[in-house]
Amino acid sequence: MEATTVERAGTVTRISGPMVSATGMPGVAMGEIVRVGRAALMGEVIRIDGDTVFAQVFEDTAGMGLGEPVVGTGAPLVVELGPGLLGQTFDGIQRPLPALRELSGDLVGRGLSAAALDRDRTWAFAPQVAAGDAVAGGDVLGTVQETATIEQRILAPPGTAGRVDSVVAPGAYRVHEPIVELEDGTRLSMMQRWPVKAARPAGAKLASDRPFLTGQRVLDCLFPIALGGTAIVPGGFGTGKTVVEQTLSKYCNADIIVYVGCGERGNEMADVLSEFPELQDPRTGASLMGRTVLVVNTSNMPVAARDASVYTGVTIGEYYRDQGYDVAVMADSTSRWAEALREIASRLEEMPGEEGYPTYLAARISEFYERAGRVVCAGNGEARQGSLTLVGAVSPPGGDFSEPVTQTSLRVAGALWALDASLAYRRHYPAVNWNRSYSLYDEELDGWFREHGPEGWCERRRDAVRLLQRDAELQEVVQLVGPDALQDAERLVLEASKLIREVFLQQNAFSDSDAYSSLEKTGGLLDTVLVFYEKCRALLDDGAMLDRLLDLPVREDLARLRDAPSDGFAARKDEVIAQIRAMAAEAAGK
Amino acid sequence: MESMETKPSGGGGARDLLHRQYWDLSYVSGPLVFLKDGHRFATGAILDLVLGDGAVRQGQVLETSTTHAVVQVLQGTQGVDIERTSVSLRADAARLGVSRDMIGRRFNGLGEAIDGLPPVLPDEELDIMGAAINPVARDKPRDFIETGLSCIDGFNTLVRGQKLPIFFGAGLPANRLARHIVRHAATKSDAEEFVVVFGAMGITEREAAFFLRSFGESGQGARVVAFINKANDPAIERLFTPRCALTAAEYLAFHHGFQVLVVLTDMTNYCEALRQVSSAREEIPGRRGYPGYMYTDLSSIYERAGRLRGNRGSVTQIPMVSMPDDDITHPIPDLTGYITEGQIVMSRALHRQGLFPPVDVLPSLSRLMNNGIGEGLTRADHRDLANQLYACYAHGRDIRKLMSIVGEDALGDLDRKYLQFAQEFESQLIGQGDVRRTIDETLGLGWRLLALIPKEELTRINKDLIDRYYCEIMEDGVPSPFVG
Repeated sequence: MEATTVERAGTVTRISGPMVSATGMPGVAMGEIVRVGRAALMGEVIRIDGDTVFAQVFEDTAGMGLGEPVVGTGAPLVVELGPGLLGQTFDGIQRPLPALRELSGDLVGRGLSAAALDRDRTWAFAPQVAAGDAVAGGDVLGTVQETATIEQRILAPPGTAGRVDSVVAPGAYRVHEPIVELEDGTRLSMMQRWPVKAARPAGAKLASDRPFLTGQRVLDCLFPIALGGTAIVPGGFGTGKTVVEQTLSKYCNADIIVYVGCGERGNEMADVLSEFPELQDPRTGASLMGRTVLVVNTSNMPVAARDASVYTGVTIGEYYRDQGYDVAVMADSTSRWAEALREIASRLEEMPGEEGYPTYLAARISEFYERAGRVVCAGNGEARQGSLTLVGAVSPPGGDFSEPVTQTSLRVAGALWALDASLAYRRHYPAVNWNRSYSLYDEELDGWFREHGPEGWCERRRDAVRLLQRDAELQEVVQLVGPDALQDAERLVLEASKLIREVFLQQNAFSDSDAYSSLEKTGGLLDTVLVFYEKCRALLDDGAMLDRLLDLPVREDLARLRDAPSDGFAARKDEVIAQIRAMAAEAAGK
Repeated sequence: MESMETKPSGGGGARDLLHRQYWDLSYVSGPLVFLKDGHRFATGAILDLVLGDGAVRQGQVLETSTTHAVVQVLQGTQGVDIERTSVSLRADAARLGVSRDMIGRRFNGLGEAIDGLPPVLPDEELDIMGAAINPVARDKPRDFIETGLSCIDGFNTLVRGQKLPIFFGAGLPANRLARHIVRHAATKSDAEEFVVVFGAMGITEREAAFFLRSFGESGQGARVVAFINKANDPAIERLFTPRCALTAAEYLAFHHGFQVLVVLTDMTNYCEALRQVSSAREEIPGRRGYPGYMYTDLSSIYERAGRLRGNRGSVTQIPMVSMPDDDITHPIPDLTGYITEGQIVMSRALHRQGLFPPVDVLPSLSRLMNNGIGEGLTRADHRDLANQLYACYAHGRDIRKLMSIVGEDALGDLDRKYLQFAQEFESQLIGQGDVRRTIDETLGLGWRLLALIPKEELTRINKDLIDRYYCEIMEDGVPSPFVG
């Protein structure tokens, strides 16, 4: 850490939970990291009132007494960026949890420090610049094969400007060793630091016209988001927010996943840690952990570090975006972060806004989501493009979406994937409510789907939406007067949308063949259901009896089509469609 | 203002000589006293308050500043005066002396023996606040715990290291359900290594007697550690009771390799005590007056369940949460549900029908079910079967609702089958009474119930499994008791 000066040492004058105030620290700045107490706990300055400085402390303050020292570090909260991030598990302030375990055993002790990036490990660096080259912030200095599938591009830190004086030879170096020296004497290493609360600079923002594919039918088809887009996943407890976030981490088409477990369960993290190394990246076949960074601050870890954890996660995400990768940051759950803000604000005795949340909640949330986007990366040379997609879970109290965190997030997020307790109760997973959810990206993405998606994708999606909408209207009638009051054509709509719900929208995250649905399977499955509906509709118009149509055995084949794996799906689909046509012809013949 | 003196107080003893006494109370309100000077004690310290009449109470320092210190008094502030009450340091933190000899003993809510036997000789003095388990040190909860109840084993499987609360309304037999789980979980496990830690906050004498008696009956009488704060004990003590219980549980699990099942009842009383302290501190209240940090506070209890890598022991938690007015969105069950790995929800409607256990499986959930079921753990058909039964039952319940609007005559044949299914599901599968079912019996009964529904409807189950189980029963000609 930066050198500390004696003049900046103050003394603790008040301790209230995670909030500590101190006097005698002239010159300390907002956002500066301070070391609090004899245990040197890490804290961040969040208010300065004359001689009194208020800090939120990222560790438990129990046992601390008044008069203990507080020392400024002269620097804001920064993260270390460089080789060694992938596959690692950090806490909210980027201390590697395995290293903490070595220091203090199974329980997290206090006042521990451990470097985010291993200083002893060497990485094979292959330079891409030579003496005399001009370099600026964002330029690629060289590469390191970080994991089996991901090559880390070592970038000149933002703000760099100059000409290369010397470069090391290709070979193994440690992260903090100089690899490039500029003519002005600046030495660059593979590692750089960046303050987490500031967005890393990038070039122009690009259009949201490429999809962030998730392998989840309801999301990819009905509510797709773009690479660089944002979505929020609100839902009461037990509706499957975490399963959605974890499923996305496994199957989405991003190159890098940063998973932020903010104020959530420890056992869930144990699950991820035991599962991810064994799972394969569906695109590369390598271990999923090799493209994943975990930032974990469980609910019983100090509350102030939740605030740090989301920023730490998104900053690591931006770093890989700057290298030209598509990055997805999963924040589970943003409500716990908002609650941490509320707790600190209340200890500062700030005037509360809605439901006790601080009035700057909306500003913080929008700043956070605005760090997403698809951009031209900073730096010269080959024009790299990278993206950062943000998916934030929200945990509304009582499952009531009218609360401030959900509503504030809705104003900035590009898509709402609303999870519904009544769907979860009947084990309809993912419990995404199709009437309530929306995506603002769907039109922008139409072009891509027309070009790259299965044939008729956009039309079929519209058909499905229309059917589900009609179904919702008819359900209201049924609730009033019973199904007998409906015409056969209307009852057919109910049956068809039931098939859409059960065969198409439901997806079993624990089934090998169905956890991931390729675009081809998603499109094919929907097409098949709709073909069935249209054939029945035609027969009905020709005077066929609805009950006979619904007894057709092909219905069961259709329902089971869902279990057909994505590989070789087309053949299976053609069989079922042929069956439908044959039966329709037979029925028409009678 | 130097108010310290060393005048001997009635009780005497070494502690009084070691620690200076101070007479500097400035303010008394609710469960809190304020001291004039915050420099004397560190946050979290445990103090002795000696009242004018020589009575000693304990307090914990919550907050310190140059002008004051806030102390919560565990036994309440009735009778505390500013003039004569003195404070002195008792310990730097709330600690519990732990030892293997705690098994079979009974303590009050602060961990002091109340069974008339001499105090336990501690092996270690542990801080009851505990510390967060490093997430990378956690091992995945697994190992199915067979409770003998179909509603749990079949649909909301409990695994070792899980925290699974029971949500219940007033008047529902939650204690009987807890007794059932504890009793059967105990018989199934290797009795040698099974311990129940019971933490009771604000329960009545009658409830306390019920639990202690039933733990005794289960043949595990000697394997219970009980921490009991009764309804007429000091409310603030309740903030310490679950933490004492969990400190003992962690010690027995992780130092001695026991499989520990912790039953905490009633968490609602705990939260009320938390609210009491918060309002006395004049904090900004959150929903229904509960403090904004209640989620964080509850998680510091619930998160103390789990398993550690390379350790044989486990801590499994069953917190009991009463839902005021049967409202599952009330802050206490709501925040609990966000932290725990699922919930068992009791239903008044089923209870009125005379069914036991009256568990509504639709809102109930076990998030860790997948870790404990399937081939090699329970049976290969478990997940699909449970999903299918869920879907059929949920549909049957919808039909039942519809029927109440449009009448039975308006229902089609298939609808009637679902209706009957829902009925049988509740009375046969859920309402099993006090009998104990193996997981095979539960699954077998599930398949027999499915015979009520036409095979083509069972699209949640893998076809191979249907061929194997559904047909088998029909072809064998084993008459399903519910058909024809």
